Amino acid sequence: MQATATGLDISVDNISVTYSNARLALYNTTCTVEPGSITALVGPNGCGKSTLFKTIMGFLQPSQGRVRVGGFPVPKAQKRQLMAYVPQSDEVDWNFPVSVFDVVMMGRYGYMNMLRIAGQKDRRRVMESLERVDMVDFRHRQIGELSGGQKKRAFLARALAQEGKVILLDEPFTGVDVKTEKKIVDLLMQLRDEGHTILLSTHDLASVSTFCDRTILLNRTVLASGKTADTFTQDNLEMTFGGLPVAPLRPFYPQAEEVDA
Amino acid sequence: MTALPVAALPIWNWIVEPLQYGFLIRAIWVSAFVGLVCAVLSCYVTLKGWSLMGDAISHAVVPGVVVAYALNIPFAIGAFVFGFGATVAIGYVKSKTRLKEDAVIGVVFTGFFAFGLVLVTKIPSNIDLFHILFGNVLGISPQDIIQTLIAGGITLVVILLRRKDLLLFCFDPNQAKAIGLNVQAMYYTLLSVLARTIVAALQTAGIILVISLLVTPGSIAYLLTDRFDRMLIISTIASVFSCVFGTYFSYHLDVSTGGSIVVLLTFLFVLTMVFAPKYGVLAQEVRKRSPHVLDEGQKPQVVVDQT
Repeated sequence: MQATATGLDISVDNISVTYSNARLALYNTTCTVEPGSITALVGPNGCGKSTLFKTIMGFLQPSQGRVRVGGFPVPKAQKRQLMAYVPQSDEVDWNFPVSVFDVVMMGRYGYMNMLRIAGQKDRRRVMESLERVDMVDFRHRQIGELSGGQKKRAFLARALAQEGKVILLDEPFTGVDVKTEKKIVDLLMQLRDEGHTILLSTHDLASVSTFCDRTILLNRTVLASGKTADTFTQDNLEMTFGGLPVAPLRPFYPQAEEVDA
Repeated sequence: MTALPVAALPIWNWIVEPLQYGFLIRAIWVSAFVGLVCAVLSCYVTLKGWSLMGDAISHAVVPGVVVAYALNIPFAIGAFVFGFGATVAIGYVKSKTRLKEDAVIGVVFTGFFAFGLVLVTKIPSNIDLFHILFGNVLGISPQDIIQTLIAGGITLVVILLRRKDLLLFCFDPNQAKAIGLNVQAMYYTLLSVLARTIVAALQTAGIILVISLLVTPGSIAYLLTDRFDRMLIISTIASVFSCVFGTYFSYHLDVSTGGSIVVLLTFLFVLTMVFAPKYGVLAQEVRKRSPHVLDEGQKPQVVVDQT
């Protein structure tokens, strides 16, 4: 409990991940996600962003190295409900016969007894989480009946219901309109101010500099990491994206207004 | 007043007349029980996409039945060991080779099945291969009923207790892992429950047709609802109905029991596929012809999303 007051860090120590076809997905990757920060994981497609995410979440086993969350090994951190995960949209079976409420309730299973019978507190937390992402009215919808932004918010609510101090979001802004993106960003900033540690992967370079405190640039290994202002240089980005033309960094909110008009 | 009893009488006779035979009453309630167990599990099998796995397990139990006979132990134990063993073998081969799962399943279950055929023809026994393949619920013995009840009962209890975890495992195994659940244990729980159910259904439907009981009820329900709880209920009704009346048809028409159960179930599936209110072929066709209705249905969603 004492650790939660100060926030939890994620430390990735020299991990390598190999695919079954012997190709290296990540090598000698070392980075730290500071407690109580929003950290962006940035890199081109196929650079190992998802692999690093899955390794941090324990879905993939690294061939070497270790991951610690708040000083705990990942399985232990997960048993303590420290880590919440918002999956990429294409990892979810949207035809599955569950409602938004059911999905958010799944975030509470770790707090329930073996039969997973929801108590008063579980139900309250679920409703609070739905309120925070403005999805209360949609709670009885089957998840496939939602728009792209609503789908994201439903899974964000699940992460909130889980009350994890560390929240990982894999590509939270893909398939989401500008307004929803701003909503999610506002919520993430609130969560950071409440002491959550947030790691998100994105290839939306424009928005990173507007709200991410820190950035990790990744292409098979960590190329640069630190405060966004320091790492987000043209040189670093060109190195990360391997000479691909990097779009000039545009401020984020003016762009949002443009679309509104 | 007089017309009603006359009209109702043939159906009444049709239902009551067979009940004077003990073996038939037994066959009806045993197959109804098997229908219930299979229906519950079929919801998970359908959603997880494990129908091929079910097919594999059902074929892999054959050597187990023969070995159990040779060792003089209950057939359910032998069948379960081999059925579950096949899934472990499938998991092992898949993790050690670059083959895709369907290829591995194809290799392993046909291997087990062929081994069973060899054993059946080599080991002297009074096992009737036809009964293993196609079931023999009309001739089911009291010992076999007890084995069916135990295997099916365990399945029902396990699913009742772990139903939400198993659902989460089918829906989003990563989330299950993220909240600290033992995903590996759930994988094997679901597999062992599947193997046990197949063992329970062995006498009723036989190994060839059991996969129908494990896939069709869940598929019917999936086409009719978007809620898992309702899916369980619909699936159970469809399955138990087919098992009971399939047995009746098999008596009245003097045809294979497993066969008539599955034909009835498949008939229900075809009806559902065509007439289901939301996901049926007709409903989709109607929606396609009147795009206007679709637009109005979706408009409120978009508006609310932008607020």
